Amino acid sequence: MATMTKAGPDTRLWNPEADEHDSISARTFGFWLYMLSDALIFTGLFASYAVLSTPMNLAGGPGPAQVVNITEGFWQTLLILGSVLSYSLASVALKAGNKGGVALGIVVAMGFAAAFLGFGLHDLGGLMAAGNGPDRSAYLSMFFTLIATHGLHMIFGLLWMLVMLVQIARFGFTADVVARLLNLRMFWQFQATVWVLIYAYVYLMGAY
Amino acid sequence: MHVDLQGPWSPLLGRLTLGAIPYTNPILIGTFIFAATIALIVVGTVLYFRKLPYLWREWLTTVDHKKIGVMYILVGLVMLFRGFIDGVMMRTQQVLADGPHSAGYLGAAHGYLPPYHFDQVYSAHGTIMLIFAVTPILAGLGNIIVPLQIGARDMAFPYLNAVSLWLTVAGAALVMVSLFVGDFSNAAWVGLMPLAELPYNPGVGVDYWMWALQIASIGTTFNAINIIVTIVKMRAPGMGWFRLPVFTWTMLSTNIIGLTAFPVLTVALALLGADRYLGTHFFTAGLGGNFMLYIDLFWIWGHPEVYFLMLPAFGVFSEVIPTFSEKPLFGYITMVAATFAIAGIGWSVWAHHFFTMGLAPNSIAFFSAATMLVGIPTGVKAFNWLFTMYRGRLTITTPMLWSITGIVLLLVGGLTGMMLSAPAIDYTVHNSVFVVAHFHCMVLAISAGIFSAVVYWWPKVFGFKLDERNGLAFYWAFVIGSVLVFVPMFGLGLAGETRRLDYLYDPQWMPLLIAEEVGIGFYFLSVLFFLRMLYVSLRDRVPAKGDAWETGRTLEWMTHTPVPFYNFAVTPQVHSRDELAWRRANGLEEAKPDRYVPIHMPSNTGVPVIIGLLAAAFGFGLIWRIWWLSGVSLLAIMVLVIIRSFNKNEGYILTAAEIEAMENKIETASVIAEQPKRLPLSEVEAH
Repeated sequence: MATMTKAGPDTRLWNPEADEHDSISARTFGFWLYMLSDALIFTGLFASYAVLSTPMNLAGGPGPAQVVNITEGFWQTLLILGSVLSYSLASVALKAGNKGGVALGIVVAMGFAAAFLGFGLHDLGGLMAAGNGPDRSAYLSMFFTLIATHGLHMIFGLLWMLVMLVQIARFGFTADVVARLLNLRMFWQFQATVWVLIYAYVYLMGAY
Repeated sequence: MHVDLQGPWSPLLGRLTLGAIPYTNPILIGTFIFAATIALIVVGTVLYFRKLPYLWREWLTTVDHKKIGVMYILVGLVMLFRGFIDGVMMRTQQVLADGPHSAGYLGAAHGYLPPYHFDQVYSAHGTIMLIFAVTPILAGLGNIIVPLQIGARDMAFPYLNAVSLWLTVAGAALVMVSLFVGDFSNAAWVGLMPLAELPYNPGVGVDYWMWALQIASIGTTFNAINIIVTIVKMRAPGMGWFRLPVFTWTMLSTNIIGLTAFPVLTVALALLGADRYLGTHFFTAGLGGNFMLYIDLFWIWGHPEVYFLMLPAFGVFSEVIPTFSEKPLFGYITMVAATFAIAGIGWSVWAHHFFTMGLAPNSIAFFSAATMLVGIPTGVKAFNWLFTMYRGRLTITTPMLWSITGIVLLLVGGLTGMMLSAPAIDYTVHNSVFVVAHFHCMVLAISAGIFSAVVYWWPKVFGFKLDERNGLAFYWAFVIGSVLVFVPMFGLGLAGETRRLDYLYDPQWMPLLIAEEVGIGFYFLSVLFFLRMLYVSLRDRVPAKGDAWETGRTLEWMTHTPVPFYNFAVTPQVHSRDELAWRRANGLEEAKPDRYVPIHMPSNTGVPVIIGLLAAAFGFGLIWRIWWLSGVSLLAIMVLVIIRSFNKNEGYILTAAEIEAMENKIETASVIAEQPKRLPLSEVEAH
């Protein structure tokens, strides 16, 4: 049973000072929760990939070993890690309140990401040109969907970065801008983590 | 990447033609006249009393958690009525179409609904009841009550809260539009595969179902994030985790389920969407597709979804029963533990929905045992409620009656659930109406929780109680209806009636079918009593006190009734699990704050409702494959969100003097105290 404390003369019934909530921490926590749900979207896709990569799902088409381009994937991994590193350096500049440093880090991160997407499009385009598009077999449907979902995340991140570049220039480091930059950093590392998992699970395990 | 479509397609209108409007179907014409009349009355009333600016200023653009909650519940009740009418249609069809000699009307061979129409009716019934009726009502309750119970001013993200509401409304609107423009899905609320695939379902029905669910579930995910952050970050000082009211605990666990389960539905529907729109082969019958994958994904969401709906009802029972027993809740810690145990186990039982579909014996054993495990924490809860009532000072009001009924329904539904968890029994009654009766007992327990909550918290939101006499009539009509519909249904299930039948082959089932039809009549009566209860209570409006039931225990009863838009004039310091009961025991329940401090309030914004409209247009465009409409809507949403991110939107400050003045004249306040017209901070600075 909960013990009942008695009210005394010093009992404080109201707390007018309690109103201030740390908005950045609430927004960061909220974004963590969003990423949890996004991670579950990828979990669902990875599980579906596991189900749909048996020989039965190939329908006579190419399988993982023929589809993945492990060399291009390697360069893509380096590019995406470079992009994350660059954004992390932008975060260091954010701590110092250095507008130019943050902008530079973000622009370089965007450059790496664009190169990554170029590789990806080249990869998927090559498959489609060879008649191995997503409508060829259930396995290829899944492969394309997994890669494209990750790619969409990156495009969304690029758009976000573009908006942030304008907002940094216009507003400086206000609480809103800082909260968004922190969330964007989490998002960017999240999508890179997803890519590393794709590279390990789809590319490396598929090729060997 | 090419999908073969049947019928015409034009760039401007997509697949939409005049033939999509079912003006030849007398049932739908009647429905349209009914819906149009109601809409005309509502719009006419608003215009006649010149309330459009008020509606826009105070409701459509609001970011106040209580008003958003009220709108959630309103949408839910409208959809509940629509789902109920679907139920009436199914029962009436079955009672008319029993046996080879049953007559046919309106072009049907038996009964009055042709198979394709009947299939749409049961698909709509399930989808609407679970996703667009019960889910919004529970989300609304959480919105209204959680911030009040934890002593917060609002949700953590008031703007996101409004976006969630309007996305849910967009989904519901698409379901309603499907009545009059095109068809709804005929592939059941679960989406039977590969029946829901394009070759077998070339119309727009499945697309309506798919996009409505998809859009609404984005709203649900946002709402889940919002409620979790609110509970974790915004509790009043002194409210440690084990002083959290149990309803808030259940909202926390339920939204953790929502946050983690809904993405799986998103994946399942997105893969189906890729099949239907891009010509992929996830769940198709050929080219390596695997429709068992869909069934697994769907139920990995679907079963946690059941507990997502059930747990808030448990929370309501846990609030109502102590209030009307004048005792603290028995076994608070075990209640919390049981809540999270149910939420956790809910993740490992999904395959019991398809024991008969070729599962390995080991898997069947695992999922069967896991399903039986759910009975343990649920039993703990039931006994906790009983022990709370034991030797309490009971007042049997309508909320209490609903809660007790909920426990009884939980018992019946739970015991039949235990039967179904045994694979040997499940193999015999799988897909029979025995299963239908079982899960209806569960969702009726949820409904009992909802009605209990609506009656219990109504005075807190609106400032007057609901009429008790009509409430009792509503209650009894509902209970008698439930018994008459679902007890015979258990029998029919054991007699071999499978579910989703538009024609029944056995004339011997007639007496039980007639009993069910009579039960539906009682349900109809209960709807009338419900409306009468609303009418009488609105007409009389006997003002209620802050602690409307006079035995309230938790923080929400410490606010004024109706709750001012700022909730608490000064944030309370919490000393006990049942703070108000503690203050009452110490003679402090009337204590007023001695000084006021300025409050920072968020400004209203029209962006969320516009996002909702655009989301509905986006969905409509995809359903009818009007690509330009979808593209423009999506682009507009993105542009809108980006533009809003450039608006500093800092809200406004309510000064201490203003709060004091409002607190002093609070007795004369309107139904829900209106906010003062104020400029946002950034514009004040600019002047």
